[in-house]
Amino acid sequence: MNQIGEYIVPVVIVFVVVFGACRKVDLFDSFTKGAKEGIESLVSVAPSLIGLVIAVSMLEASGFFDIVSQILAPVCSFVAIPPEVVPLGLMRPVTGSGSFAILNNILEKYGADSMIGRTASVMAGSTETTFYAIAVYYGSCGVKKTRHTVPAALTADLLGMLFAAWSVKLF
Amino acid sequence: MLSIIWFIMLVISFVCALVTGRMEALSRAAIEGADKAVKLIISMAGSMCLWTGIMKIADGGGLTKAAARLLSPVLGLLMPEYRKNSKAMGAVSANVTANILGLGNAATPLGIAAMKEMQKTNRLKSAPNNSMVMFVVINTASVQLIPTTIAAMRQAAGSASPYSIVPYVWVTSVLSLLAGLLIAKLLSARGGVNESNR
Repeated sequence: MNQIGEYIVPVVIVFVVVFGACRKVDLFDSFTKGAKEGIESLVSVAPSLIGLVIAVSMLEASGFFDIVSQILAPVCSFVAIPPEVVPLGLMRPVTGSGSFAILNNILEKYGADSMIGRTASVMAGSTETTFYAIAVYYGSCGVKKTRHTVPAALTADLLGMLFAAWSVKLF
Repeated sequence: MLSIIWFIMLVISFVCALVTGRMEALSRAAIEGADKAVKLIISMAGSMCLWTGIMKIADGGGLTKAAARLLSPVLGLLMPEYRKNSKAMGAVSANVTANILGLGNAATPLGIAAMKEMQKTNRLKSAPNNSMVMFVVINTASVQLIPTTIAAMRQAAGSASPYSIVPYVWVTSVLSLLAGLLIAKLLSARGGVNESNR
């Protein structure tokens, strides 16, 4: 599956540019507008990302993540996921910035291309900030009860964690 | 919510460092952490802008609309209450398409519009009907063509192939989305009737 990854970036860029040209889009103007939005959204997450990267760095330096990994190792080896990624899995449904801070810590500590780094990347990329989405969407239309939303969404997140670890291990 | 999490993280790190005798490392980490975050944001900025720029071209050319038209019948199957409500289905499929293309800024307002539209014909106003639950479950799963943030972070961390994880992300997110939909379906049927629309 690694070879597919090499093609994605150029294929998507060329496809979109050719598509845009056919539809007579002002290509460069649209691109720069979009890029500006990218900068703006990065700037808007910057303060919370700074706060959470500080907290995650402190947790890392205190030895907390190593202790958690050791405690969780037996359970994790049973379901075949690296224990180092569990803190990421716990943080992912709750806060986007927090889970990116943990992912960054994992990528720096173990290397982005290591098994642990790849597993963490797939986990973070294939799940969402579940509780944020639930709060925003139900909150926006005044729905108070969530019925079976939380169990369904969290089970999907948990399975996503397992699938992430297994897919990286198998292929 | 974040205040509590942040507070707990900071207190735990202090207690842990006290027990393991790593107070000096903790002190250094606090200062370096702030520095690291800014460096991370700067090194992510380039590839993030590449994708927001490219997706803006796709959106301008009508790719979002075309994809939404393709998705609409599929989403109609998941949300039978609104299959014939073109206004609600329009907002729903626009939201899902924006998510797939990674237009995060556009996706949330579209999703809110979709929920408000669905709420109009939802009989029990305080509880969501099955279709609304389905829609939120789709939004709590990640359905993104290119996980741009993750790839940008991998690039920033010096990965030799930041995008090599993309096919794995596709497989994993599709499987977990299907699992979420299936569980939502099963749990909604378990109550016997769609209670909010009884």
